[in-house]
Amino acid sequence: MAHDSHDSHEYIPEIAVDRNGKEHVVQGWQGDTYGGKLGFWLFMLTEVMMFGSMFMVLSYYFTLHHQDFINASAGLDRVLGGINTVVLLISALTMGLGLLRMRSGDVKGAKLMIWATMLLALIFLGVKAVEWTNDYKEGIFLGLQALQSGNEHSLPFGEILYFGMYFTMTGLHGFHIIIGIGLMLWLLKRINSGKVTPEHNILHFNIALYWDLVHLIWVFVFPYFYMIGAGGAIHG
Amino acid sequence: MSKSYFDETHCAFGHPKSTFMQWMLTIDHKRIGIMYAVVMFTFFFVAVAAALTMRFELFAPGQQFIDAHTFNQAFTLHGVIMVFLFIIPGIPAVFGNIVMPLMIGAKDVSFPRLNWFTFWLYIIGCIVALSSLFNFNIADGKLVFNFADTGWTFYAPYSLNTDTNVVTTLVAAFILGMASILTGLNFLVTIHRLRAPGMDFFKMPLFVWGIYATAWIQLLATPVVGITLVLALLEKYFGIGIFDPAKGGDPVLFQHLFWIYSHPAVYLMILPAFGIMSELMPAFSRREIFGYRTIALSSASIAGVGYLVWGHHLFTSGMSDTAKTIFSFLTFFVAIPTGIKFYDWVATMYKGKIVFSTPMLWALGTMITFAIGGLSGVTIAMIGSDIHLQDTYYTIAHFHYAMLGGVVFLFFAGIHYWFPLVFGKMYSEAKAKLAFYILFVGFNLLWFPMFIAGYLGMPRRYFDYLPEFQIYHQISFWGAIIFVTGLIFMFYVLIQGIRKGKPSGVNPWNATTLEWHLPSSPPPLENHTKVPYVDFRPYEYHHGQPVVKFDENMKRID
Repeated sequence: MAHDSHDSHEYIPEIAVDRNGKEHVVQGWQGDTYGGKLGFWLFMLTEVMMFGSMFMVLSYYFTLHHQDFINASAGLDRVLGGINTVVLLISALTMGLGLLRMRSGDVKGAKLMIWATMLLALIFLGVKAVEWTNDYKEGIFLGLQALQSGNEHSLPFGEILYFGMYFTMTGLHGFHIIIGIGLMLWLLKRINSGKVTPEHNILHFNIALYWDLVHLIWVFVFPYFYMIGAGGAIHG
Repeated sequence: MSKSYFDETHCAFGHPKSTFMQWMLTIDHKRIGIMYAVVMFTFFFVAVAAALTMRFELFAPGQQFIDAHTFNQAFTLHGVIMVFLFIIPGIPAVFGNIVMPLMIGAKDVSFPRLNWFTFWLYIIGCIVALSSLFNFNIADGKLVFNFADTGWTFYAPYSLNTDTNVVTTLVAAFILGMASILTGLNFLVTIHRLRAPGMDFFKMPLFVWGIYATAWIQLLATPVVGITLVLALLEKYFGIGIFDPAKGGDPVLFQHLFWIYSHPAVYLMILPAFGIMSELMPAFSRREIFGYRTIALSSASIAGVGYLVWGHHLFTSGMSDTAKTIFSFLTFFVAIPTGIKFYDWVATMYKGKIVFSTPMLWALGTMITFAIGGLSGVTIAMIGSDIHLQDTYYTIAHFHYAMLGGVVFLFFAGIHYWFPLVFGKMYSEAKAKLAFYILFVGFNLLWFPMFIAGYLGMPRRYFDYLPEFQIYHQISFWGAIIFVTGLIFMFYVLIQGIRKGKPSGVNPWNATTLEWHLPSSPPPLENHTKVPYVDFRPYEYHHGQPVVKFDENMKRID
């Protein structure tokens, strides 16, 4: 080919000619914004399948141990969980506004919004840490006696399963938040080095999409874990 | 002499001078495909060695060479390597990479750097998977391995209780799953975005359809097993309880989650293989494929229905009769699109000018072995007979007839078919045909007795057996010896072909699809000189000759 390895990723548009002499633009892999979006949407689909299977496990055990689940849920801190929900929803807003700023050419404003999103994400993690610490103090954490079987502190089966899934799912969600913060730092670096610009913002778009999915998962996690026991424990 | 992709390449980063680093960092889909093949077949032989060890042990009742525990580790090693390292990446990673972009007239896959990253993710997965092989100690003068002994299915609760190194195997399966997801994602975007102008979905070669259906399974099913393995790890080390009956958890749930992926995974293996078959039939019958649309759509429907049949692995694990009946019937439905494909292939050959080249021999051999594998599958999809045959050698024979006699045989067919494309040289056809006959005889001798032994009640994964089964095990043993001899001979012939083969020219088979219309052989770095406008069907023959012809600028001249 004409170009050597130094310009390996420079895109040279090509034309295919049909038998009637009509010209057709050939889509190359270079600079394919639509392809980049499609690829990331497909990746999001894998996240949906992953959390979807966990929700399936959760609903299976919820049907088996209805009362235990509600009792366990009644013990969670709905104020902290609610604050986190609001924090995450606002962070989704700032993320979206950042992308709008970027598209309209306001790079400085976009960066500000990304920083704001990151701050909110850190607040979310902080609140989460407080919640888990409180759980730990109450004796409820993975590996503690309450979640083992066959001792005097053992919770009922359903509550063990509830808390097992609670720590797994909120933990994996928190892990996604941490990854998200890493992605935003990387995005800022790319913006500063001029690789992400108002004209070429596919990376910003995809990270915003990722953040939307992360907050969307929380929108399902919150009612499933926190709200089912909002009416208080039931005995009987 | 024009430069080929062996002479120059693009790298993920930097501009290394050494040939070795250029291979390590390459983002060229053809080179990545070759590297996958080299690594995969290396592990393939390790797994064959593990299987041969088991055959030696089973030659006579009682203990001869290895003890029961090592036997458990041997079949785990065999299963883990063959399934996760070899056959799941398998045809998509090798020919999906090398051939698929050529077939649609693309310069590379949509995300070449991601492709490079995926390959190395796969390598990391392989290393993690086998790391525990080197974790052994010597007690009483005997080697004691720490490799997982759970079988490749990791069923709870045993996998949660065993002291062997299940953790590395689970982590490895997760990493390899991620590599598989990213490969599928890359191919989906490639097929959607980079088809040559004019090539709509129903003008794509059928191998591309196979890869497309496979990619959807990779993308949608793999995350389920990924998270299942993570849950199993959390269960093992943090005790979340969901698979542990002592805490109210349900071990059968693990089986459900595992097979939600692992059953579609066998369609993930077979669909690209069917794609290869659909390429070979028209090319070597010199006739347009019969029922193009039905083959394409049956690939899609196998992928779709294949999602809904996982329960047939659990007929003896405790499931309601209603669920069993539904899963049984859904399993029967998979046989319909598969049957359609078979009839289409046979109808393609009817009145064709059949050329018995090596790839065609492999394809025809597969028609026999896969028919046995597929139809024996229908017999164990029936609840009644499955209760009798589940976990016996019958099921093992079925699986190997379908996977080895279907997927791997067609993989070999593909290797012989695209060998001249990849290397620009031709192996010795006479010797390659001889290798096929050795392998075909060895294969049937190895596996067919297992149908009978299993029907008579020989359970799988057993280290010992009753004396009346000895004859079947001994026939299998000799079959295995012949089979392994054939394998070594086949690879010898291919390697000799790479070293000393005669130049093949760009289109040695007189085939019609775009990968046979490259400007030089082996192909240049960025494939076709110009991208053609595709206003023709993939397999147009007239009186045994390809209809569509191109000039050097890929303009049609017929």
